[in-house]
Amino acid sequence: MFDANGGNVQFTPKIGQPTIDGNRVIVTVLGQDRVGLIAGISTILAEANVNILDISQTILQEFFAMFMVVDLAQARVDLAELQQRLEAKGKELGVKVTAQHEDIFRFMHRI
Amino acid sequence: MPVSLSPEEILETIRMVDAQNLDIRTITMGISLRDCVDSDLDRLGQRIYQKIVRLARNLVTVGEELSRDYGIPIINKRISVTPISLIAEGCGAEDYVALAHTLERAAQEVGVNFIGGFSALVHKGCTRGDLTLINSIPRALANTERVCSSVNVASTRAGINMDAVMKMGEIIKETAELTAERDGLGCAKLVVFCNVPEDNPFMAGAFHGVGEPECAINIGVSGPGVVLDAVRRYGEADFGTLASAIKQTAFKVTRMGELIGRRASERLGVPFGIVDLSLAPTPAIGDSVADILEAMGLEKCGTHGTTAALALLNDAVKKGGAMASSYVGGLSGAFIPVSEDAGMVSALEVGALTFDKLEAMTCVCSVGLDMIAVPGVTTAETIAAIIADEAALGMINRKTTAVRIIPAPGKKVGDRVEFGGLLGSSPIMALHTFESKKFARRGGRIPAPIQSLTN
Repeated sequence: MFDANGGNVQFTPKIGQPTIDGNRVIVTVLGQDRVGLIAGISTILAEANVNILDISQTILQEFFAMFMVVDLAQARVDLAELQQRLEAKGKELGVKVTAQHEDIFRFMHRI
Repeated sequence: MPVSLSPEEILETIRMVDAQNLDIRTITMGISLRDCVDSDLDRLGQRIYQKIVRLARNLVTVGEELSRDYGIPIINKRISVTPISLIAEGCGAEDYVALAHTLERAAQEVGVNFIGGFSALVHKGCTRGDLTLINSIPRALANTERVCSSVNVASTRAGINMDAVMKMGEIIKETAELTAERDGLGCAKLVVFCNVPEDNPFMAGAFHGVGEPECAINIGVSGPGVVLDAVRRYGEADFGTLASAIKQTAFKVTRMGELIGRRASERLGVPFGIVDLSLAPTPAIGDSVADILEAMGLEKCGTHGTTAALALLNDAVKKGGAMASSYVGGLSGAFIPVSEDAGMVSALEVGALTFDKLEAMTCVCSVGLDMIAVPGVTTAETIAAIIADEAALGMINRKTTAVRIIPAPGKKVGDRVEFGGLLGSSPIMALHTFESKKFARRGGRIPAPIQSLTN
C-alpha cells in the first residue's frame, strides 16, 4: 500500500482489477414492455457466462422496469464489455439498459 | 433480491444521475511537494514535474474506471499541490512563472483539467518568497490554461493582512488586463481567501496544505438538481419537513462521494482524505442553487428571504452530509458562484440580485463573492475594499470566505462576459460608486478579533 517515507513513496495501483467488494452488478432495463425483452437481455448475459441471481419487474410511474442482480465472478468479459453489449441490445429492443456495480445502490440506500 | 434493494431505490439512484445531474464533481489528488525543494530553479521544476507525474499518472484512468463501473459521471480529475511559495522560496528566483509552466506541463501529461497550488499563505505577513509568488500570478495565469492560484490574506486567528489585501487588488487588476481579450478570464483562476481550508478539492482554491500527508484523495460531490427535486416534492411543507427532506437527499449524495473516494483511494493506493459536501452548481439548467432557493417560495433569488432560505439549505446539507461520510472537510457548504449558476445569472439580469444581497448571502454559506464580473473601470482600491469586507465576514464568523472577482476590461454595467464551459457567462454586476481609496491604502493589519482568544 502506501508508504509515506518522504520522497520514497511506493505505489500499488490496481488498475482494471475487479472491485474488492465482489462482482455483483445490477442490470436495469427501462422502457416500453414488449415480447422478447427478458429473452434478449438474458441471452447477452448467458453468452458472457454471467449468472443471473435474481430478477424482478414492475411498472413504475407508467414505465416498465426490470431489475436483475447478476454475478460476474465467472464472466468471460469485464464489466465495460458487458455494458457495451447490453447497451447495443437495449438499442435494438428500444429500451434503456444499464449495468452498474451494486455498491452504488448499497452505499446510497443502506448504512 | 440478495442485496434487499427495492426497485424504487434502484430507480431513484438512476433518476438522480439521469434526470437530476447528480455527479461526482471532482476527484482531486493532493500531492505534497515539500521534498522537491531545491536551491536551483531548473532542478526544482524537474523534481516537481517528476513527482506530480509519478503520483498522478493513473488518476484519470482510475476516475474513468470508477465512473464506468458505478454508472456515475465523474466530471473532473484534478491535482492540488503544496503552495508553491513555500516550495520555491529557497531557489532564489525573482519570478516563479517558470514553475507555473512546470505545473501546466505536468497537468497536461497526466490529463487533468486543473492544477491548484500556485498559492501563498500571507494572513499575517509576507516573506520574500510569498511576494515573488504574488507578483508572478498575473503572468502565470495569463500564460497557462490549467494552473489555479489562491492567496490567503486573513484568518480568525491572525486578523486581516491589509497590505496583502491591497496588493491583491492590484494583482487582480493586472491579471484582468493581461487576459483582456478573454474578458479577464485569468481572474476566474484566482481566489483570495480568509480562513482557507487545506484540503479543499474544488478549484480555483484548491491546494495541498502543510498539515496534509504525502498524498491524499479528496472528493467534491455535487447535486443541486437532486436537492431541487426534493424541495419541489415538498412544495407545501413547513420548514422542519423541508429541512429533513434536504438532509436525506444530502446524505444520499454524499454517500456517492464516500464510495467513490474509498474506491479511488484503494485503486490508486493513496490514503482517502475527505469528502467535501458542497453543493456546486453548473451552468446547466436545473443544476442551480438559486433554483433551489426559488423553489422554497421566493419569486426570484436575491429578494427578501433569500438569506434565510440559503441558511436553511446550507445547514441541512451539512447535517445530512456529515452523517454520510467518515471524513468531511474542505469547504462543505452551498456554493453561490454567479456566472456558473444559470439561476443566479437570471436573478442578476432581472435586477433581483444585487451586490449587497450577494454579500449578505455569503455570511451563511460557503464560499463568498464567487465569479462576479464587475465593470472594467473598478479600481484596485475598490477591489481591495471588497476583499476586506468579505475577509471581515470570515474572520468574525470563524468561517471560510473568498473573493473571485473579474474586473472585465472595457466592460460596463449592461454588458456581458462569456467565459465558456463550467465558468459560464454573466452580466456585469454594479458596484457602489463611492471610493474606499484611503481605507484600502491605510496599510498594516486589522487585528485578530476577540473571537480568536479561545485558549
